[in-house]
This record gives sequence, structure tokens and C-alpha cells, in this order.
Amino acid sequence: MELSRSSGCVAQESSESPSRPNTHVMVYLPPIGTHIAAWNSKTGLLPGSAGALRVSSVRLVAAIIAGKLVAFVSRHLNLGGGTTFPGQVTRRIDPRALEKMTARLEQGCIIVTGTNGKTTTTRMISNILRHAGFKPVHNRSGANLITGVTSAILNSSSLLGQPRGDVGLFEVDEANLPRTLAETHPKVVVINNLFRDQLDRYGEIDYVAGLWRGALQTLPPSACVVLNADDPLVASLGKSTRARVLYFGIEDERYGNQILEHAADSKSCVNCGARYVYDVAFYGHVGKYACPVCGEKRPLPNLYAAHLMLASTSGSELSLSTPDGPLEVKVSLPGLYNVYNTLAAAATGFALDIPVVAIKQGVDTFSAAFGRIERVAIGDKMVFLALVKNPVGFNEVLRTLFLDGLPKNLLILINDNIADGTDISWLWDVDFEALQGKVNSVVISGTRAEDMAVRLKYALVDTAAISLETDLDKALQAGLTNVGEGGTLYVLPTYTAMLEIRALMQKMGYVGKFWQD
Amino acid sequence: MKLRICHLYPDLMNIYGDRGNIIALSRRAQWAGIEVEVVNVPLGASLDASACDIIFIGGGQDKEQALIAKDLQEVKGKAIIEAVQEGAALLAVCGGYQLLGKYFKTGADAVLPGIGLFDAWTVAGSKRCIGDVLVECDFTGERHTLVGFENHSGKTYLGESLKPLGKVLHGFGNNAEDGREGAIYKNAFGTYLHGSILPKNPWFTDHLIRVALQRRYGDQASLARVDTSFEDRAHQAVIARIRNRGKLDTGAI
Repeated sequence: MELSRSSGCVAQESSESPSRPNTHVMVYLPPIGTHIAAWNSKTGLLPGSAGALRVSSVRLVAAIIAGKLVAFVSRHLNLGGGTTFPGQVTRRIDPRALEKMTARLEQGCIIVTGTNGKTTTTRMISNILRHAGFKPVHNRSGANLITGVTSAILNSSSLLGQPRGDVGLFEVDEANLPRTLAETHPKVVVINNLFRDQLDRYGEIDYVAGLWRGALQTLPPSACVVLNADDPLVASLGKSTRARVLYFGIEDERYGNQILEHAADSKSCVNCGARYVYDVAFYGHVGKYACPVCGEKRPLPNLYAAHLMLASTSGSELSLSTPDGPLEVKVSLPGLYNVYNTLAAAATGFALDIPVVAIKQGVDTFSAAFGRIERVAIGDKMVFLALVKNPVGFNEVLRTLFLDGLPKNLLILINDNIADGTDISWLWDVDFEALQGKVNSVVISGTRAEDMAVRLKYALVDTAAISLETDLDKALQAGLTNVGEGGTLYVLPTYTAMLEIRALMQKMGYVGKFWQD
Repeated sequence: MKLRICHLYPDLMNIYGDRGNIIALSRRAQWAGIEVEVVNVPLGASLDASACDIIFIGGGQDKEQALIAKDLQEVKGKAIIEAVQEGAALLAVCGGYQLLGKYFKTGADAVLPGIGLFDAWTVAGSKRCIGDVLVECDFTGERHTLVGFENHSGKTYLGESLKPLGKVLHGFGNNAEDGREGAIYKNAFGTYLHGSILPKNPWFTDHLIRVALQRRYGDQASLARVDTSFEDRAHQAVIARIRNRGKLDTGAI
């Protein structure tokens, strides 16, 4: 874990400021009283007693200096924790630091949450914003607790708390949505989906839905909420807010099923508890549903995929119907779940009145967030890396990998650290039965490798094709050995295993540090 | 030989990979040459006590648990008790285990009624019991261990005459107080362990299959030995990780 910890440390260098020297700590150090007073009148930040304002600003400046010093020290000493610790220190000194700094973003904030696809969706939104001429302040490293969000804006702010950007773009962890909304007063809130994920951390999905409902109730009518029409619990949130609601979804039914996957989570009506009837289910419980008892049903999406074409691991082509007419986009990320990420990002563009052309460019030129999906050349072989972290996501990755119907060589890495979720019973909800007769070899490693092996045995995957390797380095070598010349090893890691395998490949010189992407 | 496994509320009570238990029972029985039929018994459907060889009920969320409690009272409770009295095997995990007791007091004034199969009761606790569990059992006449993962806040207490499934060597168990985990009444077993419990404890899976066979086909019905190599490795891995964390006395196992 040493390696991944040190790469975690550099992660907070967001691409907004790839090589900003830290000497500015000295350069900006202000004669506090005068500068703050000047700044106050300049930005028109507001009345109240000048004395109270000054105390408040002095506190913020002190908090920022402390946070930046911590960031500087942890980055240069490779201590790790650079994506959250500075924010933690800043908040300790000024608990309102995030609120004060985000208040100075000209275009306000965009908050993205959901179980799957937060990082990808947020990065795609960032790309759209850039094509529209905005300068987003973004927690790009994916540190998405309140301390990570604070660290991100801290990192891109002057010592006086003026962000070097005009719009805040933050992905936030499911449970942190209420706090983040209370502190950032966002203009747009995007919710992609709600699946079972790390129940040991969050409790049950109804509990998370309840948190979100309460948080959205606090939004003013001037805000906009972007919701997935095809996810029943998420769509139902539209009724609990005074904010404008924009729904996105998929109309094209060709990739749907008539029956729900085993991993579907919210199958019962949010109103009356009866089982939804699905015209078509796209993945998990996401699809076109209606309640046969009380009539609760999927809202009609304002922006949707009218036609879509998935092409195995290379990406998808979408014909979107938008409030401003049709729009053709190409996404370089594979799978139906990335179609939803794209729809969420495009809908956010419309929520912000961004011109269609910028939305198209933002989507078309987008490449994957590190590690979620990544292709790495190792000698004459390829490694295809796809993050797996919960049943629905894992099913989608498997479905996407085997769209071409060809047998594959796999390396599966299952950890049960806190960031992965310590309860790995979710492996039994993944449809590994789909692998029967389709794998040439599977190497398994990670802290829960043995559980994974049992799962595959009971999925009737040929046990002779399964090997366990405790050591990650050896596991990767074994996987590569199984692959023929010019072939591809498909690596499926949980979150912390992804950090480890990436650190390993980085050490071997095959991938860059992730802040460079 | 053929066994019928009745999976109660498969779509509502499935929160912690409970399907793994059905998969483990089916596969191991099939590998031993036994034909298996899995019958899903959803909300509202009745249960034919004499047709069940093995009954399984998993865990669910609060919302689902209230629906299930009502259905157990009105539709299935009697048949479940009848089947167990006749010797059917039953496994109830977490939320299912709680509702087969006498009641589950979920809050100050809220009580979910149980069907009283187990002389046990559950009260909501303030602390969530989460983590790996290691349990020692001797109900087969031999000493065995069970490994699993628990995640519950309800605390379950057993009546005087009800036997626990085993003694907690690591983890919280029924209530984090008395060192006991689960409950046994005839061939019915209640437990907080998931993970899923059966795949990593093949001796327990085989025990459930064996008692179900003997009830259906007589005491001489035997179960062919089936490989347990991957399963044993996973079982030992859990014990090793608990030991490596220094949370197990070296003398315990």
C-alpha cells in the first residue's frame, strides 16, 4: 500500500494547476488588515458589521494558510492524504471555509452524486464546461468527502480565498450530499443512480434515498436538479424539491431485458411498496417501470438517447433528443452505464444553458477517468483495466467485455478494505454464471481472493482455469503469461486493488502518475 | 433422490448476497448426484409444508421487513412451523432470523411480530455490529467452525431452552453480550452470519442437505462426499485474517 499512498498524495495536484510553485505562499502573504478590507469592497461581499466581516475573513485566511501549508508539506514529504488532510485542517480552523470560498465562484457550484459513475460523469461535465469557456474548480482526484471538496477548492484558491476558476464542480459521496448542499448552495445537483454499495458504510439504500430527499428539499426554485428518470428511487426525488427538475433516460429499448437482473435493488414502488412492472430493464433496476397498483411511473425524460449503438469495449454512438433538438455524440467509453454517465453530463450542460456545440465537443473529446477504464500496453500485450465495485457495476463490466462473444483471460482483484467495502457478500449478487465456458484463464488476487475463487467455482467456471496468487506482482505476471502474443489481459480490480495495480504498473513504467492524465 | 428448496421472499429478502446460500445448497446437492428444485415463494404465495425439504429466508431492509412480518403472520407462518415440526431443514439469516423469533422491537413503540418458531426475541440496538465472525459449533456431534460476516444492529436474546448455533470466538453474535450466535430448533437454524454463510462452510451446507435427505428418504440416506478444496481455503483464510489481526487467542482453535 505504500505506493498507492504516495500516489494518493500527489493526486490533489489537479490539472487546473499542474505545476504551480508553492512559493506563492510567500508572494501572496498580505498585510492582512488592508488587503482584506480592499478585497471586501471590490467583490461587494457584504454588509453587516465591518468588524465581524474582518474577523470572519481573517479566520478564513488563517484557515487557508494552514491548509496550504499542510498540502505543501504532505506533497513534498510524500506523506499521503494530500487530497483530504488540507481540507480537514482548513475546516478545523474555519468550519465555514468551504461555504465562504464557494460563495465567490461567479457561476456557482455543480454537485454530482450517485452510486456508480460519479467520477466519470463529473469529468465529462468538466470537459463540457471547458469547451463552453468556463474554468471549473473540480475535485478531480475523486476525493469526495466534505474534506476532499474543501481541499480541492483550497488548492485552487488564493490565500484570500478567491478561487482561480468560475464554477465549482464537485462529485460527492452519497452520504455527504446534505452537508455539501448546505455549504455550497449549488446551482445544479446531478444524481445518476442509487445502487447497493458498501452497505456496511451507508446502511440501506432507502436510508440514502431519505438523506437525498431531505437535502433536495432545501434547494431554492432557482436551482436545477438533474435526475435519472430510469432509476425509480432517483426519479422519485424530483417530487421532493422546489428546484427545477431535468430528467434524462434511455428510450431506445434494444439493449434492455424483459426481466430484472438479480442485482436489482429498488424493485418496489416508492409510494405503495408494490412491485414495479418493467416494460424493459437496462441494467440493475434501471429501466422503464410503472407501478401497477398506485400508478407511480417513470417520468418522461427531457433529454434521452433515442438511438444507441454499443460497440464492445471501444465505446458507443448515441442519438440524443434534447430540449434544443437532436444531437449526435460518440462516447469513447464502453457499456450502457457510460451511456447514462454521458446523458447525465449532457443534461447538466442543458441545465446550465451551455450551447449544444460545446456539449457535443465535451462528450466527443472525452477520455476515461483514470483506472475506471484504461488500456495499457505492456510489451506486445494489452492490459484492459476496468474498476468493479458493486454487483450492478460488475455485471455491466462483464456484459460489456463479452459483447464480442470471445473467450478471455482475466485477472480479478478483490480487496475488502474500507474504501472497497468490508463486506464482500455482494460477490454472490454478481452474475458470474455468465462466464461459464467463456474464460481461458482467471488469475485471482487481493485480500478476498479465496472468496472470489469459491464464487467462480459455484458459478460453474472450470476450476482448472482458476488460479490464486497472493502476491500482486506475481498475479499480474501469471495473467500476462496466460495471454498469447498480441492478446489482452482483462484486469478487474475493486477500488483499492485498482490503486495497487496501477501503482505496480507505474513502478514498472507502463502508466503515468494519475495526476498527469 | 430429489430435494425441493423453498426460497422465501427471494426478491425482497436478499440484501447480503443471500442468493449465495441457495447457490451453495443447489450446487453441492447436484454435485452429490441429487436432483434439486428451487421454488421461489414470494410475498402473498402460500407454502406447502409437506413439500418443503429445505426452507431458506434471507435478510432485508426495514421497509421490506415490515411487509414480510405481515406476510409471515397472515400467509406463511403456520406452514413454516409445521414443516419444521415435521423435520424440514431451515436456514434463516439476519432479518429472516429475527422474524422467526417471537418479536422484533424496532423502536420505542414499534414492534414487528414474529412467528415464534424460535423462542427468541430481538430489540433494536444503538450500535451496528459489523465484521468477520468466527463461531464454534458442536451440534453435529463433532466440533466445527463457522466463518461469516455480520452486519446488524438488532440484538437477539434466546429463551432458556433454546440452543444457540454456537459460541462466538470472534465477532459479536446474537447480541454482543452473551457470547452466543444464532439459534437451533430441531433442524431449523437461525444466524446473523452472511458472507454468504454456506459457500465458505461446506460442512454446514452438507449438514442441511443431509438432514433434509434423511427426513425424505429415511435415516440410511447418505450424502456422497463432494470436494471442498476452494471452500476450505476460503474458510481458513477468514480464520487466518482474524488471527493475524491478533484478535484470536492462539489456543482458541
